[in-house]
Amino acid sequence: MSSPLHIKVALIGNPNAGKSTLFNALTGLNQKTGNYTGVTVDRYEGSMSFEANNTLIKCNIIDLPGVYSLFPKSQDEEIACKTLLHPDEAIDVVVIVADSTNLRRNMLLVSQVLDLKMKAVVALSMSDEAAAQKINIDVKGFSESLGVPVVPVDSRHHTGMHALQQAIASATVTKAVFHDLGDANIRQFADYRAFVKAALTKPNAKAENRDKLYRHQVINYVLNKHLQLPAELSRKQITATIDSVTTHRIWGYVVLLAVLFFVFQFIFMVSEAPMNFIESAFLSLGETIQASLPKGPLSELVVNGILPGISGVLMFIPQIAFLFLFIGFLEDSGYMARASFIMDRMLRPFGLNGRSVIPLISGTACAVPSIMATRSISNVRERMITIFILPLISCSARLPVYTLLLSVMYPPQHVFGFFNARGIALFVLYLLGFVVSLATAWVLKKTVKAKENSFFVMELPVYRWPQGRSIGIMVVNKVKVFVKEAGVIILAISIVLWFLSTHGASEKYEALVMQEQTLTAQVAPDSLIQQVVAQQLEHSYIGTLGHVIEPAIRPLGFDWKIGVALLTSFAAREVFVGTMSTIYRSGDTESEEGIRQTIVSEKDEYGRPRYTAAVCWSLLLFYAFALQCMSTVAVVKRETKSWKWVIAQFVFMGALAYFSAFIAFGVLS
Amino acid sequence: MLGLNNLEIGQKAVIKFFKNEGLEARLIEMGCLPGEEVVLSRTAPLGCPYAIQVAGSELSLRREEAASVMVELVA
Repeated sequence: MSSPLHIKVALIGNPNAGKSTLFNALTGLNQKTGNYTGVTVDRYEGSMSFEANNTLIKCNIIDLPGVYSLFPKSQDEEIACKTLLHPDEAIDVVVIVADSTNLRRNMLLVSQVLDLKMKAVVALSMSDEAAAQKINIDVKGFSESLGVPVVPVDSRHHTGMHALQQAIASATVTKAVFHDLGDANIRQFADYRAFVKAALTKPNAKAENRDKLYRHQVINYVLNKHLQLPAELSRKQITATIDSVTTHRIWGYVVLLAVLFFVFQFIFMVSEAPMNFIESAFLSLGETIQASLPKGPLSELVVNGILPGISGVLMFIPQIAFLFLFIGFLEDSGYMARASFIMDRMLRPFGLNGRSVIPLISGTACAVPSIMATRSISNVRERMITIFILPLISCSARLPVYTLLLSVMYPPQHVFGFFNARGIALFVLYLLGFVVSLATAWVLKKTVKAKENSFFVMELPVYRWPQGRSIGIMVVNKVKVFVKEAGVIILAISIVLWFLSTHGASEKYEALVMQEQTLTAQVAPDSLIQQVVAQQLEHSYIGTLGHVIEPAIRPLGFDWKIGVALLTSFAAREVFVGTMSTIYRSGDTESEEGIRQTIVSEKDEYGRPRYTAAVCWSLLLFYAFALQCMSTVAVVKRETKSWKWVIAQFVFMGALAYFSAFIAFGVLS
Repeated sequence: MLGLNNLEIGQKAVIKFFKNEGLEARLIEMGCLPGEEVVLSRTAPLGCPYAIQVAGSELSLRREEAASVMVELVA
């Protein structure tokens, strides 16, 4: 056998044509997700090798974003066209994926790509469905008319993969021409490729439309020879029946609500077990390492700095995996388009999209996976607005903070009429998150200029059973991207935060560390040690910072101790509870009641209770609005590919938090 | 001649021309071109968007988009 041959293959096709499923079937987990420079579109590449004509062929495959034609209307489409044509990409063979069950529409793109005079293969996807619907394609004659190999494939059952590989190896450039040879607009260019390239930089709507209309005539001529459709499509009837429920004015929302409830339950409840497992596994790993490493800065760094950082990154995996499992199921089954269809009218006034509904609901569990889930919103502006407002929705990490502060303010038996005061306040906080996020979206809609036309023209694809394997691969890719790209930022920030809270500049800090060691050696009472630990925190860098920001947060009713808690909360909002416990030497970090007692009995310099209703509400509002979450910051950076959005979001939410806390404190005290 | 948004649900019509050039480009790519038969299959619960059947697929359009598609009723 001769030496292996390396070739680069591009997959191109209409949205919903089964392109990504084919990509997953060909490459399996041999994939990597990267970035196209300068845009927020993900780049999927994978590899496969096979044997043809006694030669080992190694293929590098790139899965281009879905396009309807070579004249792009959105950022995704533009990237697909540019990548296909770019000389640096050096595409050897292009595989055009066309949906067998909707061939007529898919042929526009097929004919355009064939006119680029690249080596090409046409893959007729979903051939099993076409057969079941009695759609008859004369593959041999079709292939002769197109002048390139045509291969029916069925990614679900893995049929046609071998034939497709062989066709890739023997791909040819067609001799047929599908554009109008007499068209003056095209004739002023050397060839059709040059015409398309020119249209990429300077669109010419009239010429493009003429080209497309001419093609439809040619396509009709070709398909009349090779395509036989049944009188009535059975598949469409099933879809229409399901739609009469899923888009019904009452049942449609009942179904959507049930779906959202189910998704919410999974992210919130079912993720909890694996998250707890990750947490405890890392705690015991830390103990093991602590026992085996010599005591010192290295062991401290590993056990208290790096390990919690890694565990903090991995903790998100269950939520991300569950959310994308559902999204994959909802998208691939065709239901997502219906959810979007019935929600569009309600969300549009806020500059959001029907597809924003899943991220908005999952945002009440956690902003991180929800921000990743905004990928399916194809309109760039609507996607950015959704990302921007998501962290304002009260997530589960705020719950421990809310619970603690509400329990400080209202005793359990405290009621307004029939209702428990804590319950009402909690509801108000959640409602506030939604109202403020929608109001922000509305303001953004009025102020942020649109770069592209916002057409809502969307396909309502026929319902299909999703393919588990393909969804599985997508979930793995999402998790990998999160760990690789956002994980690094999260780890770095958590190490910095750890360093700042366990190191200090002053001699006092060193002395306190010595004192703690002596006390521990003497087996002194816990309360004494905790007192020293609390003093250490005060004299650490972060404690010093707490003192520095005190003048700024005094108008909110906060002192330096709360300042320290605000700073450490940047690791994750729930850290607030732990920091409060350390700083107030409650020691009893296990029981919330212990911390509550300490906080309730805390007095200010005049001997009055420190945590009045004014201070508590001020803090609650601050936590409701401030972007105190490094993981959200990391994932927004990854999804928007720019620090500009991150900074704007951080500053905006910070200002909102500051002023609402300021007003709450002023009004209540 | 009337806008697609004026069709009754289930009514059949033939596409004549488009009043919005940008939308025209997109719709032609999706198989929705002059001469094609179109059926308004349903509207979303709040009256918008519209779902239409054309060229073997079902598309969803917002009201103002549908209004820019001029059609003639099939007798």
